[in-house]
Amino acid sequence: MAITEEPPLELEAGDPLPEYAEQPLGVLTRPSGNTGIASWLFTVDHKRIGIMYGVFAMFFFLIGGLEALAIRIQLAVPGNDFLSAETYNQVFTTHGVTMIFLVIMPLAAAFANYLIPLQIGARDVAFPRMNALSLWVWFFGGLFLCSSVIIGGWWENAPDGGWFNYAPNHGVAFSPSKGIDFYAIGLQITGIGSLVSAVNLIVTCLNMRAKGMTLFRMPVLTWMLLITQFLLLFAVPVITVALFFLMFDRLYDANFFNPDAGSDPLLWQHLFWIFGHPEVYILILPSFGIISEVIPVFSRKPIFGYKVMVFSGIAIGFMGWGVWAHHMFVSGLGPISVTAFSMSTMLIAVPTGVKIFNWLATMLGGRLKFNTAMLFAVGVVSMFTIGGLSGVTHAVAPADTQQTDTYYIVAHFHYVIFGGALLGIFAGFYFWWPKAFGYKLNERWGKWNFWLQIVGFNLTFGPMHILGLQGMSRRIDTYSEGFGFELWNLVASVGAFVIFLGVLIFVINIFVSQRQAKHLPPVGPDPWDARGLEWMTASPTPEHNFDEEIEVQQVDEFWFRKYDIDDDGTVHRIATGDEVAQPGTATGVHLPAPSYWPMVLAAGLPFIGYGLIYNLWLCVLGGLLVAAGSFGWVFEPADDPDAHHGGHDDHGDHDDDPDTDPEAAAALDAPEGADDVAIESEEAPVG
Amino acid sequence: MVDSEVLDEQAVEAADASHSAKVGDHQPGSTGISNQKLAMWAFLGSECLLFGGLISGYLLYRNNNQDGPAAAEIFDIPFTSVSSFVLLMSSLTMVLALSAITRGDHPRTRLWILTTALLGAVFIGGQVYEFTSFYREGLGYTTSPFSSAFFTLTGFHGVHVSMGIVMLMSLYFSSVRGKLKTENAETVEIVGLYWHFVDVVWIFIFTVVYLMAKGI
Repeated sequence: MAITEEPPLELEAGDPLPEYAEQPLGVLTRPSGNTGIASWLFTVDHKRIGIMYGVFAMFFFLIGGLEALAIRIQLAVPGNDFLSAETYNQVFTTHGVTMIFLVIMPLAAAFANYLIPLQIGARDVAFPRMNALSLWVWFFGGLFLCSSVIIGGWWENAPDGGWFNYAPNHGVAFSPSKGIDFYAIGLQITGIGSLVSAVNLIVTCLNMRAKGMTLFRMPVLTWMLLITQFLLLFAVPVITVALFFLMFDRLYDANFFNPDAGSDPLLWQHLFWIFGHPEVYILILPSFGIISEVIPVFSRKPIFGYKVMVFSGIAIGFMGWGVWAHHMFVSGLGPISVTAFSMSTMLIAVPTGVKIFNWLATMLGGRLKFNTAMLFAVGVVSMFTIGGLSGVTHAVAPADTQQTDTYYIVAHFHYVIFGGALLGIFAGFYFWWPKAFGYKLNERWGKWNFWLQIVGFNLTFGPMHILGLQGMSRRIDTYSEGFGFELWNLVASVGAFVIFLGVLIFVINIFVSQRQAKHLPPVGPDPWDARGLEWMTASPTPEHNFDEEIEVQQVDEFWFRKYDIDDDGTVHRIATGDEVAQPGTATGVHLPAPSYWPMVLAAGLPFIGYGLIYNLWLCVLGGLLVAAGSFGWVFEPADDPDAHHGGHDDHGDHDDDPDTDPEAAAALDAPEGADDVAIESEEAPVG
Repeated sequence: MVDSEVLDEQAVEAADASHSAKVGDHQPGSTGISNQKLAMWAFLGSECLLFGGLISGYLLYRNNNQDGPAAAEIFDIPFTSVSSFVLLMSSLTMVLALSAITRGDHPRTRLWILTTALLGAVFIGGQVYEFTSFYREGLGYTTSPFSSAFFTLTGFHGVHVSMGIVMLMSLYFSSVRGKLKTENAETVEIVGLYWHFVDVVWIFIFTVVYLMAKGI
């Protein structure tokens, strides 16, 4: 359901909001209030959850970035002993795992959470408490993974099998530390978070659209995020199976990947890459969506070929499932498989190329404005194209057999993941920052940020193409003099520090801009003269998103409320963004209430993980937390019937459905309970 | 495209029309389906891939029994057929429960929900018995790739059935407490979706694991 149309009920002046209403289990009062740290920790507001995804991901970005610097220091000169071979294995493994699962995916989730409800004109996501659950499950899972660096000694127990963690190398025989147990269990925990979030956002996209917001009027970003959620929905269970097999192998001596027991190590590669290749599109599609929003705004033109853009995204979503074995060309698949996967891999370049040409066509003849957001977006188009082209060379199986496990591969996937996904996310930061925080990021610092990052990036990863073709293997902790690797490795290491400086400037920019903003006029709802519904409410977005439901009549609805097109095709402005946008001043809007239980439930999972690795008693503790979280969830109405309650009833929209989460199966009667309480409160005289 | 837009618009209108009327806790969204039911369908889509992965793993190892017992030597088809029949009948009682609550017949609803849970429990009991007897015949979890894959696949299915029983019992108790009203029929329907899904998965497992092992 879309947001309610009933007029928001004004609270009387001076009438304070009720502090709380409910005592679930009779012990704890329900969290309330809009300020202070508790209002963030227990929030179910999609915008705050989105911001927290971003903040936590930036914390992990720092960890992953420091690991990257350690790798580059080690490889800067031949024969270096900055890191031992054992430590080096752990550092590059945690670097990869952190950057993929704890940085890029959650940064995309930050945009998904913040923007999907705004772009489709909804009040919140379909299941606000489940949204909080996915945030905390992911975050605690991430801390669990990172704790492997500290627990049992500094860099003694971290995973050391590479992010794809091939069999039989990941068995106890070859990796006797606990690191790979942390990997197997940690990724299962973050996977639960991704799955819950995928279900939630799919339902939100399909079911919560505003009046008239048909599927083919949704912004391209929402479309790409929807496709990403479908990929997650179907890819996460496959890696879950692989991780369960691995966990059972390591903890209970099962025989899934152990060649000594007659098992086939290739099973891991297949399961991993059936997940892993869609995962690549899970990383990149959100970024494609972001720049599809940024480029039209700063080209002063609508996106070129909206439907083609959407369909090429859908095509990538489908074809992404048929290319996994191109990661395995050297594993002896046989000529027919290799040919088939070669062809499908070349084919998937077609919809991707269509997108690139559409962005170029959007810019063609536009009035381009190269501010920082646009620079980052153009950076994606150019850098991703380089990564895409080196990707096509992998599709050529004979060439790929030469490139496999060399730095050429490292160069390729950094061009798509850093040059594609991460630069796109930075474009999104600069673009939506005023919407989320009410002030623009400084352009001068922003441009330093961009140029340092793009130059550093090319210095670091450009030379790796050459190193790879020269034959330098990836995952080696050092190399000898005389192979011709010295120069380019040194260049790459210098480049890594330039990237670090660029990101540091981004962080400084946040604080500088925030301070400067105090002396600047407020940015207003629509600082970029933009096109999507998210700009149609105040900046920063009010807690209730929109004062009243927006009725959508076309793609780029907001833009068409500001501009009119004559019969001869000339465009002229009929209103300003400030006039069209809603003031965001409605009060007393019925909103889902904060809750402790998602966090309690999520906190139990790492304890179960530690318990499986170290001592089963910890599982009991974790199980109790999960049970307490589930029961608290059951007995707590989805909506606090008194807090923020204007007296009308739209709580049906926000009821959580624990049915979808087998672990919270006990929470089954929550909707009934929720409903009852709410009905009772309605029958009681209000105020 | 035109079709989908028209459909969407109709759905939006339908959703809009139903907004003012209070329909329990499950209200149709833009698609005309309630959020809860849509979420369950999405979740079941994900579950398909989970069991797809597990079944693929089993198929790879089904003849890889090393020195341990082979599938054909150890499976007791008549016994498993009976427990499969019991599980399939529970889908029938699940439908009867939904039919009863749609009619507003709450005692019948409770009867059929309880019967469904009981049949599920009988199935789980059969699985426990089967696992025990396999173990006594020398098929441990670590015996061979076949045994690991077999116990993992059927074990995952058993856990799913058990989760379903927990859901059913929650429904039963909320009905006893009078909280499962006629307008909450969709909650029963959603649990039913999950239950039928788990049954359908068993049909696959019974065929692929048991019948194929005997060459039937």
